[in-house]
Amino acid sequence: MAENGIGVSVRRKEDKRYLIGKGNYTDDINVVGQTYAIFVRSPHAHATINGIELAAAETSAGVVAVFTGDDLAADGIGPLICGVTVTSDDGEPHRAPAHPALAQGKVNYVGDHVAIVIAETLAQAKDAAEKVEVDYGILPAVTDTGSAADEGQQQIHEAAPNNICFNWPLGDKEAVEAAFASAHKISRLDLINNRMVTNPIEPRAVLGEYNTGTEEITLHLTSQNPHLHRLVLSAFNQLAPEHKLRIVAPDVGGGFGAKIFIYAEELVVGWACRKVNRPVKWTSDRTEAFLSDAHGRDHVTSAEMALDKDGKFLALRVMTTANLGAYISTFGTMVPSYLYAFLFAGQYTTPLIYSEVKAVFTNTAPVDASRGAGRPEATFMLERLVDVAAADMGLDPVEIRRRNFIPVDAFPYQTPVVQCYDSGDYHAALDKALALADYDGFGARAEEAKTRGMLRGIGLSSYVEACGIAPSAAVGQLGAGIGLWESAQVRFNPTGNVQVFTGSHSSGQGHETTFAQLVTELLGVPIEDIEVIHGDTAKTQFGMGTYGSRSMAVGGVAIAKACEKLIAKGKKIAAHALEAAEGDIEFADGNFTIAGTDKAMSIAEVAFNAYVPHSYPEDLEPGFDENAFFDPLNFSFPGGTHICEVEIDPETGVVEIIKYSAVDDFGKLINPMIVEGQVHGGITHGVGQALLEACHYDSEGQLITASFMDYAMPRADNVPSFDIDYAPTDPPDNPLGVKGCGEAGAIGAPPAVINAITNALGVKHIDMPATPEKVWRAAQGAA
Amino acid sequence: MPVIHMRVNGNPVSGEVEARTLLVQFLRDDLRLTGTHVGCDTSQCGACVVHVDGKSVKSCTMLAIMANDCEVMTIEGLANGSELHPMQQAFMDNHGLQCGFCTPGMVMSALDIVERNGNDLDEATIRKELTGNICRCTGYHNIVKAVKAGARAMGD
Ligand code: FES
Ligand code: FES
Repeated sequence: MAENGIGVSVRRKEDKRYLIGKGNYTDDINVVGQTYAIFVRSPHAHATINGIELAAAETSAGVVAVFTGDDLAADGIGPLICGVTVTSDDGEPHRAPAHPALAQGKVNYVGDHVAIVIAETLAQAKDAAEKVEVDYGILPAVTDTGSAADEGQQQIHEAAPNNICFNWPLGDKEAVEAAFASAHKISRLDLINNRMVTNPIEPRAVLGEYNTGTEEITLHLTSQNPHLHRLVLSAFNQLAPEHKLRIVAPDVGGGFGAKIFIYAEELVVGWACRKVNRPVKWTSDRTEAFLSDAHGRDHVTSAEMALDKDGKFLALRVMTTANLGAYISTFGTMVPSYLYAFLFAGQYTTPLIYSEVKAVFTNTAPVDASRGAGRPEATFMLERLVDVAAADMGLDPVEIRRRNFIPVDAFPYQTPVVQCYDSGDYHAALDKALALADYDGFGARAEEAKTRGMLRGIGLSSYVEACGIAPSAAVGQLGAGIGLWESAQVRFNPTGNVQVFTGSHSSGQGHETTFAQLVTELLGVPIEDIEVIHGDTAKTQFGMGTYGSRSMAVGGVAIAKACEKLIAKGKKIAAHALEAAEGDIEFADGNFTIAGTDKAMSIAEVAFNAYVPHSYPEDLEPGFDENAFFDPLNFSFPGGTHICEVEIDPETGVVEIIKYSAVDDFGKLINPMIVEGQVHGGITHGVGQALLEACHYDSEGQLITASFMDYAMPRADNVPSFDIDYAPTDPPDNPLGVKGCGEAGAIGAPPAVINAITNALGVKHIDMPATPEKVWRAAQGAA
Repeated sequence: MPVIHMRVNGNPVSGEVEARTLLVQFLRDDLRLTGTHVGCDTSQCGACVVHVDGKSVKSCTMLAIMANDCEVMTIEGLANGSELHPMQQAFMDNHGLQCGFCTPGMVMSALDIVERNGNDLDEATIRKELTGNICRCTGYHNIVKAVKAGARAMGD
């Protein structure tokens, strides 16, 4: 193992700049002649625009320009798009109402974009924005997910009758019905998966510059996937040809999905900077982030499990209504379909599964991927239902899981819902988690708590997720408009240091360190001599970005492939320089050696030689710089068991997490310290969903949780320190043996927490977030 | 427009500001000290914490003119040349940061916690004291470890 190679908890290379205040986030960038933009947003959830009066704003001090949707349309700037087609049950593609970046005669949610005001200073832009007068014709709003498609509801889009985007069935309905008809027992659960706001702490921002000489637009922006931004903004929005559009996403202050999507502000600022021929900067404030970042989750679900007399799962049936918001965001259709129902087997051998997802429009912000994206919703449904089934059957939650786990010798395991799991050992993770949580000692602890008047509960969740997103062939078949490979370039400089260019961008995951660890392991170059470069379409060759825990599982493999090519090339060069046959050259620990001799060249010497090719034969190409693309064969399937133990004060309803134990299977860990950090963050995100976070619109469509004062983010005193361990298995489909770890916590935690609370209270179900009020009411009912 | 003077990280600075200019805007936009961040508009997230005359302050909640004649310390003023402050070092050693956006505020708050509670901090104290700083990345586990270790190192 190299000193700072795979498996070592190397301190992060990126930390120093963040710690001394030298991080470079989008809003930190300022350019000469910069102007400031403010978006005029709809205060109404649903309204026609009868007229817009701009004169007062246009003549306000410092104003450079004011534009509306008409200006955008006049320049042929296209509407925002959705990247994935889902086929509805009538055989037609999902209904896709137009999503103009600036409203065209109608607004559909509070925060919808009506106009952009550009001024010399931010204060002047704000002042002027208040002078834009919009004559709204207010319409009734639809905000409730469950009733959005009901008969007689207000219609939002002409192109989407009954506010339905798609009805998407999956599985064999009749076979599932038959299994239910002959079941020993049927367990049922209705639940809500609460809407969340993703809330990376760095708000979104964009700074657009146009160069009249090169006719190039440069957008500095908060993006998890700069090349994807460039592709969509060019190919679908006609902002600029791809080679005349540069996207620079510098340091990104957290993403968790919210910075994947192509947003109205980014397109409009990109267009406006050319229009006014001045740099234009827009930075979201937190209220705007609440109003206009894509939200997450928001499902209403009925789930049923058919069981035999031994508690074996015979069939699962799930009916979900998923709220897409007012328009379809970039991947809005994919999240409640493929990323959701394809996970319904979970860790179990359930042979028959049928589901229907009805995706609806409402007068709320668009909903899209948020840490876990579809998989937390699937896992919450399943792991809650399994606990309900355990209670119905009089079985311990551990026992019912054991009886239904996919056995370790059944991999690769084809589930009835498309996915084929490549590897896993669910019993091993469960056993380890039970030991870590001292599950057997729980009874005594609960008794002790009782003496203090407290209710103690324990809950587990055994999840599986699909990440390392994704095989292009698979997503192409499913209707994705893009491929999901990743690319890498590994370049030696003549002096022997290495630049690694990756299309996987970091929003805090530590790529500059983990990718360097990979390269030091493979090429034997000291880690200090390796620089990872990402986030700029002018520097990195190509990429699909970071989401779905794919960076190491897909991007890392691309880097490894480029390293392999370098080694192969290095052998040719060393053979030439050492006057040996290529077949006799071996590479190990950074040195090319003639086998069986001590004649060797270091890889740095080979690099220098490659750039000073004074006597190269015609068939030996100079240079030491290789490119690679990697497209995975399959998703990767991390899994694990999380166990949460809570104590509830029945007087106040306050839930305290006493202990949280997680045992995950991520395959091989490149940097255990970083992996653990990802798990901590994910669990806390999940605890936030379970206990605190509720995004709430009132019946008129006003977002009443639009600040950190109204929307409860998890804080340091809401969570304990966590107990983390691993039960790895080797994924045969991933060349590096890695599975991905960024979302596991957010997937595993919500059901573990709620199962612990229902266990403590002795109730069947409690909806998230389990606020003190809800818990107190349930405790009173239970008492 | 009023002219204000202050010392920031030991250096005398001055500038013309509108009465409504916030301290964080003055630091970021006028002085280009962009290490201090803005994560919210309701004084909740703590990304903007700096020290004014030795006290921790949310710089998004203070007008620049209120800091006139004050001594301001920001994240940029902590390291001694290339040597990190023990609290900064503890954040690095304990992986107390991921995206780094909350980090300057976390470090500045941590110093204030040590100032008021001493060098031997228990977990409950740290967690309670950190509730004015939101982090979406780390889950706080490693921040708590970092503050504890940093506090101890500052006492050595
Ligand atoms: S920016 Fe000051 S508390 Fe959030
Ligand atoms: S490290 Fe990203 S918000 Fe704290």
